[in-house]
Amino acid sequence: MNPLGITLTLVVFYLFSELHSRRRAFYTNPVLLSIITIAVILRGFGIPYGSYMGSAVILKFLLGPAVVSLAVPVYKGRATIKAYAREIGLGIATGGTVAILSAFYIARLLGGSEEVLLSIAPKSVTTAIAIGISEKIGGIPALTAVLVILTGLLGNAFAPELLGLIRVRDRIARGLATGVSSHGLGTARIILEDELAGAVSGLAMALNGVFTSLLLPHLIELLK
Amino acid sequence: MKAYRGLAIIFGFYALGELVTYILNLTVPGSVMGMLFLLGSLLAGLIKLEWVEGEAELFVRNMSVMFVPPGVGIVAYLGLIRSQAVPIFVALVLSFLITLVVTAKTVEFLRRGEK
Repeated sequence: MNPLGITLTLVVFYLFSELHSRRRAFYTNPVLLSIITIAVILRGFGIPYGSYMGSAVILKFLLGPAVVSLAVPVYKGRATIKAYAREIGLGIATGGTVAILSAFYIARLLGGSEEVLLSIAPKSVTTAIAIGISEKIGGIPALTAVLVILTGLLGNAFAPELLGLIRVRDRIARGLATGVSSHGLGTARIILEDELAGAVSGLAMALNGVFTSLLLPHLIELLK
Repeated sequence: MKAYRGLAIIFGFYALGELVTYILNLTVPGSVMGMLFLLGSLLAGLIKLEWVEGEAELFVRNMSVMFVPPGVGIVAYLGLIRSQAVPIFVALVLSFLITLVVTAKTVEFLRRGEK
């Protein structure tokens, strides 16, 4: 196994993480910048994606246990879930469904191809779960990964401001809307402004991941 | 040595999740099934939080770097993205906005009814 792929990924990600810790802004997001940089390096040197993935695939494999590990924050948040069960349940059911349907139908209306529709449908859930869903339903996991990150960046950059603009002040509503619409990246932003909203956002992200992975494959069968 | 217990539990639940989705031919990713099984076991008291807490948090905290290799796969689809730029990016932005607003207003409405 050629260790170049994993080394390149770790070096580039480390450098952008350092930059991000110095300049915290949505445009210094280390994941997106690393993807772009490595893609440019591979193209520039004519390195095939397969030989890069030879060892970088180890990192991708770890997404599986990482998703399993999300059980721990959900378990620790069980008191919050119990206290706001109705809001969380209905908020996720509504928001999770709207996220899938709006992405799917708008893309279809504008002439998106089937593989694009399948790749964009899971864009609101946390990347690891979205990639898993995309693989299962016949989307393009790489395209899904990038669309999920871009969605997260929108939430990270604008969610609190947009919620202010539509005059939503309730902390539970703000947290849920952020987590359901823009997963971990949105959560990372709102938690800086309000700890309760941040905790609810994190829970909403994890639970919406589960909800979407249960619903989306069946929903897509009906929509296709 | 304790870390091995946590890692064995996490990888074990991942393997169990993959096995169950394979056998039952489920559309849910095996990792999500594994998460549900681990959550159930924690709630049922079969697994103690301190057995897995440290290792799970290590995975969750360092998840970001794991998205880079699958994301880099995008190089193979640049042509597709260019030719479908309008449906992809308009759907992405509008769907984000609609989801945010609908969810926030739904929950706000529920909360108002409560007070």
